[in-house]
Amino acid sequence: MYSEKVMDHFQNPRNVGEIEDASGVGTVGNAKCGDIMRIYLDIDGDGIIRDCKFKTFGCGAAVATSSMATELVKGKSIEEAMKVTNKAVMEALDGLPPVKVHCSLLAEEAIHAALWDYAEKHGIKIEGLKEPKADIHEGEGQEEY
Amino acid sequence: MKGNPIYLDNAATTKTAPEVVEAMLPYFTEQYGNPSSIYALGSAAKEAVNRARKIIASTLGAQANEIYFTAGGSEADNWALVAAAEAYAPKGRHIITSKIEHHAVLHTCEYLEKRGYEVTYVDVDEHGIVKLEDLKHAIRPDTILISVMFANNEIGTIQPIKEIGALAKEHGILFHTDAVQAYAHLPIHVDEMNIDMLSASGHKFHGPKGIGFLYIRTGLKIRSFLHGGQQERGRRAGTENVPGIAGLGRAAELAFEKLGENAEKERALRDYLIEKIEKEIPHCRLNGDREQRLSNNVNYSFRFVEGESLLIMLDMKGICASSGSACTSGSLDPSHVLLAIGLPHETAHGSLRMTVSAENTMEEMDRTAEAIKETVGRLREMSPLYEDFIKKEKL
Repeated sequence: MYSEKVMDHFQNPRNVGEIEDASGVGTVGNAKCGDIMRIYLDIDGDGIIRDCKFKTFGCGAAVATSSMATELVKGKSIEEAMKVTNKAVMEALDGLPPVKVHCSLLAEEAIHAALWDYAEKHGIKIEGLKEPKADIHEGEGQEEY
Repeated sequence: MKGNPIYLDNAATTKTAPEVVEAMLPYFTEQYGNPSSIYALGSAAKEAVNRARKIIASTLGAQANEIYFTAGGSEADNWALVAAAEAYAPKGRHIITSKIEHHAVLHTCEYLEKRGYEVTYVDVDEHGIVKLEDLKHAIRPDTILISVMFANNEIGTIQPIKEIGALAKEHGILFHTDAVQAYAHLPIHVDEMNIDMLSASGHKFHGPKGIGFLYIRTGLKIRSFLHGGQQERGRRAGTENVPGIAGLGRAAELAFEKLGENAEKERALRDYLIEKIEKEIPHCRLNGDREQRLSNNVNYSFRFVEGESLLIMLDMKGICASSGSACTSGSLDPSHVLLAIGLPHETAHGSLRMTVSAENTMEEMDRTAEAIKETVGRLREMSPLYEDFIKKEKL
């Protein structure tokens, strides 16, 4: 069902984790649909993404696209990171099954959300960046056990 | 992956027993005649079909002429519902079923709804047991059929079939039960339980795939489902799947010889695995009822992790399990059964079903629990939901 690259990124995900005092953090997705992605960016004074980490709750494709997206933006300028589209992520993974294409969209959205957070914090505007959709994963019907 | 896989998906399908394969082989190679032919080769095939029919009837307390062979459980469910709905339409067009039926029943009900029938989907409680009071209240003068599964395929809950049968009889309503997960696993008596129709499938009890049956009580006005020849007393046309039927009969024979013994073995494996998981892994819950439960079923939700990731990682460790129903895996929605017992979506996404057989070992249960612990731990480290949870805990 998954390409070798997807399986590789699922089994050995790159850049899993958190960045303390990150320049920007973006969380997208919805637990109802079974996917939540969070991306942390460390951006230096020259606007270069020095580090990028992720945490994901989701299927194999969700983990793999997060992993690939972090690889694609690491070391890039903000402008270059804006060009990492869902299509680019999918191509880098040698494709995804049709029902999993939304995972790659989520990865693109997660990067954009983290960049938006960065831009807000620094009072700057990033060309072509739109405000991310409201994050709706918090505590809907959570139960404790 | 090293060695043989640990197979924990017996509710999806089972390994065909070697005795079953042996019972089938002659009907491919030597006794290949058509049961409808009059020469000896045909009669030998016919005899095999009749023998299997008698075996199956005897396991249910039924008559041989009340057993109709089908291509499996889904066909039996489709037939029972559609044909009963058509035959009893003059009396009414209302059907009662439950929210946790297999899709073979639920989607057939939707089909009937589009054709002018009304269907009430009765709720289940948090353990997945049909609410009898709700079922009682759903009965109307125009109710013609109640269809409730004997035991659920995902969470293993055994339904109060005898009580439902009594209720149906009291109100003069037909009662169908999808017994695909229960037949040859639990004792069933169609008269004592007032069952009018019952569906079963061979490959769920070490029989072959592609063969099952529908029990139809004598006297029911059920029309033919497949039109054509006079096979199955004119109710189900098509040359009989003789090897399949022979295998089905043999599988039933084997299962009923060891019904209690196998259930006992499975129960020990099941309870051991449940105990291990409960002890080793925090933030999880057992789905389904602890007592009214199939002897082979373990179903857990692990908070903060997603089921498909869990399945792939377990597969890499050589463990075959499922998340929700195998039929659900093509869709992105979490299982309707887990939602019906009240699980929040994210918890339903993190469910894992393991269904044992008497062939599994305690050592396999140890390895499985260890693998789940490792995998769930790894996925939680990756999960933003877990991160949020831990941060909240620290506050």
